[in-house]
Amino acid sequence: MTQIAPVPAAPADGPVPSGPPAGRSGSGNRTLTYLRYVAGKLLGAVVSLLAVLVTSFFLFRLIPGDPVTQMTRGRPISQEQLDALRLEFGLDLPVWQQFLDYCGNVLTGDFGTSYQFRAPVMDKIGEAVMPTLLLTFTAFVIYTALGVFLGTRSAWRHNSRGDKVNTGLALVLFSVPSFWLGLLAIIILANGVGPLPGLFPTGGMETGEEGLDHVLDVAHHMVLPVLTLVAVDYGQTLLVTRSALLDEMGSDYLTTARAKGLRDDQVRTRHAVPNALLPTMTLIFVNLGRTVAGVILVETVFSWPGLGSLFYQALSVPDLPLVQGLFFFFAATMILANMLADLIYPLLDPRVGNQ
Amino acid sequence: MNSQEAHGRTGRRHRAPRLVAAMGALALAFTGAAATPLNPAPAEARAQAAEDKQVLTVAVAQSVDSLSPFLAGRLVSTSIHRLMYEYLLNYDPETNEPVPAFATKWEASEDKLTWTYTIRDDSKWSDGKPATAEDAAWTLGKMMSDDAAATANGSFVGNFESVSAPSKDQLVIKLKKPQATMTALDIPIVPKHIWEKVTDFSKFNNDQKFPIVGNGPFVLTDYKVDQYVKLEPNKDFWRGAPKFDELVFKYYKDGDAAVAALKKGEVSFVPNLTPAQADDLKTAGNIKVNDAPGRRFFALAVNPGAKAKDGAKLGDGHESLLDQRVRNALFKAVDRDAIIDKVFQGHAVKGEGYIPPRYDKYFWKPSPDQELTYDIDAANKLLDDAGLKKKDGKRVDEDGKPIVYRVLCHATDPNDKAIGQYLEEWWGQLGIGMDLQCSDNVSDPWLAGTYDLAFDGWSVNPDPDFVLSIHTCDALPATKEDVGATDNFICDKKYDELYQEQLAEYDPAKRADLVKQMQSHLYDLGYMNVMAYPNAVEAYRSDQIKSITTMPTEAGNIYGQDGYWSWWSAEPVAADEASSEDSGSTGVIIGIVAGVVVLVAVGAFLAMRRRSTADERE
Repeated sequence: MTQIAPVPAAPADGPVPSGPPAGRSGSGNRTLTYLRYVAGKLLGAVVSLLAVLVTSFFLFRLIPGDPVTQMTRGRPISQEQLDALRLEFGLDLPVWQQFLDYCGNVLTGDFGTSYQFRAPVMDKIGEAVMPTLLLTFTAFVIYTALGVFLGTRSAWRHNSRGDKVNTGLALVLFSVPSFWLGLLAIIILANGVGPLPGLFPTGGMETGEEGLDHVLDVAHHMVLPVLTLVAVDYGQTLLVTRSALLDEMGSDYLTTARAKGLRDDQVRTRHAVPNALLPTMTLIFVNLGRTVAGVILVETVFSWPGLGSLFYQALSVPDLPLVQGLFFFFAATMILANMLADLIYPLLDPRVGNQ
Repeated sequence: MNSQEAHGRTGRRHRAPRLVAAMGALALAFTGAAATPLNPAPAEARAQAAEDKQVLTVAVAQSVDSLSPFLAGRLVSTSIHRLMYEYLLNYDPETNEPVPAFATKWEASEDKLTWTYTIRDDSKWSDGKPATAEDAAWTLGKMMSDDAAATANGSFVGNFESVSAPSKDQLVIKLKKPQATMTALDIPIVPKHIWEKVTDFSKFNNDQKFPIVGNGPFVLTDYKVDQYVKLEPNKDFWRGAPKFDELVFKYYKDGDAAVAALKKGEVSFVPNLTPAQADDLKTAGNIKVNDAPGRRFFALAVNPGAKAKDGAKLGDGHESLLDQRVRNALFKAVDRDAIIDKVFQGHAVKGEGYIPPRYDKYFWKPSPDQELTYDIDAANKLLDDAGLKKKDGKRVDEDGKPIVYRVLCHATDPNDKAIGQYLEEWWGQLGIGMDLQCSDNVSDPWLAGTYDLAFDGWSVNPDPDFVLSIHTCDALPATKEDVGATDNFICDKKYDELYQEQLAEYDPAKRADLVKQMQSHLYDLGYMNVMAYPNAVEAYRSDQIKSITTMPTEAGNIYGQDGYWSWWSAEPVAADEASSEDSGSTGVIIGIVAGVVVLVAVGAFLAMRRRSTADERE
């Protein structure tokens, strides 16, 4: 990739002090600046995580409802049983005591035991995180690639019929509720309409196969939810890429590149796109952080056993340890993704690290 | 190369990558489809491999809370436990009367305090060990001695003095005081030799080792959280093995997706249909809709001036509702026929007594004189008699303020909202205002007593003890800070006396009579007004299930029965009778996939060609 963006130049003239050559000194300074930048970002991330830790505890205690009565409502239960449950969950302790216990446990990686599932919160998250990642990350890769690709094409030939169809379709799909699109996909592609047979399963992630059959089985189940997610999400990347590239298109350096005799394709892929990609990168990392939070509506429509539906179930009790654990996990992932973006920016655009 | 040629190529160059992209997207979309013909749809492949294994697939939405019978409280989990473990007794699908299950005989002593159960000798655990009275005594004893083991079913053993197994076929339970519900102990009996190794019952979920040892009609063989629960027939089940080769509870978190799966034949059975879904399925081929009397009642509960046992007042229920004439007037202004027609769209039965008519032994309905029929004029007169004056067309309280009742409604239940709108109109004719308070979580205002009326509903068991007990003074919270088992804070001396009397009455007919008297009194009190008994609306594939037992057998539900009758009795349609709709589509699928493969190949060829010409030019 050719990087056109201006790079702070090493001193071109003047006396060169003894010691390491100027070039290396510049590089050393740059490394130092970068390290300082990295340290700042890391510190920021740690502070954010601590804030999340506190918020996750207190936020969910504001949800109305007593977990024990919610869980036991509708079946014969005695006062003694209710009291025993409160004691077991530690709900009889004062809130500050619960908070101290919570902080202490979290520091040792223990998020407690889910009230409703009677299993360690980390186990419940562990069970659901892989299905979610498999679904959302696959969709993320496809919609990002598709969005960048189509966005580039659209901008390069803006106002053409292709551009109008592209952006129009992306906007329509972006505005469509994902659960509705998912149901439509089930009715048309899973059930079949007219001569079109039902090609995909109506829901779930697997039927319980072993070995290679299992892989094919999961892939078969994944197609519709992935398609739905891609259809709903690619538009955003497309539009951001398109507008960023449009901003670049009038630049002089592109005229220079063309004057050098470069082909249109090359001007686009080697010069314009790399410079236009920065806003898209921001979006990509935001989306990357989002992948873990699950996609509750799509997971529900396709009965995908992921984090989104787990979070919903946890909230409806409220299953405090599970809700707290999930909230912390989601927030931590988002913070990490943002930090990753922050760390990568200076590599993509050296101006960032120097500011 | 001349310029014209170059132009022409440029044009193609722009089309080619787009074509490739389109191919790529298509290829992705059909990757899964490719699995269909080449590696025939996994479920089908498995069926073929297992020589047309007949699988009964039930769509469920509720997550399993625990597979441990000591912890599980949700309907999906307890229904599965019914299939895995025998209970002491079962309920006859026809009459709802207790019938033999793990116990073959049961009798009470003269003083009503000792119950002796004879345990069958032909039941064994799925690991081959015999199932005996010792297992039953251990299970019940564990629930009495370990708080964690009492989590789910502790209330059943609350009145037990001791439990013992003097011999392999005798279980003896001594009670603190008489308890008529000893034939309704819905407790799964577990194998002692497996469960005595469990150290912490509060954390053991019974979901790590499969198959799970049990003695019910099915053996649980596999479970994946929120994906499926698989069970296979217990070939040694004393009543006879179930006829399907496998029973699968498969997760569909969305009702419409489950209906789509039923239409396609991916599942055999779907419960809890909405009226729209049921109407849609009635016209679909090979599907039978079962619109049966349900176990639930749907009522309008009134806040009777909520109090704790120690007399402390809770909340701020409207004073005027303490007058029985006002409560009766409100219910006289409820057109139950309209609710059945307009809200439930015919999928419910008009409400009368507290216990639904499917339990005919306990069902009671008001006499014509007693019945609070829909009559706005009579309701207005009752309010006049009660001294609620009208001012500018609105009823006012003693302070002259217009009366507006707060009605609690479940935001998740569309029926609550719809009926709320009707009530507003009907009560408007009485000059009474209404504030419909819909919320996701009604528990807080409910338990705090900060409401005037509320939409209420419970599922009733063949033994009605529990739904009767929640209206006794004993169910009230001990103090303001506690939470009681009470439903809506009713506490009435006469009702309580009748409740105690029926609990100690071991003669079924006499007990039923007492239960009817309780319902009559509850009806007159006007704190619990039953508007409807919603139907259980469910559907199954008639090309997969040949016959299935409903409960009651005449007209009853299939999912969530008080027994294992439906899944145990279900008979599959013989393989040669089943329709072979799918075979025709295989050709189409092969055609589509072949087409896609060709398209992808053409796309790849174009892409490579473009690249090579581009390289040449560079």
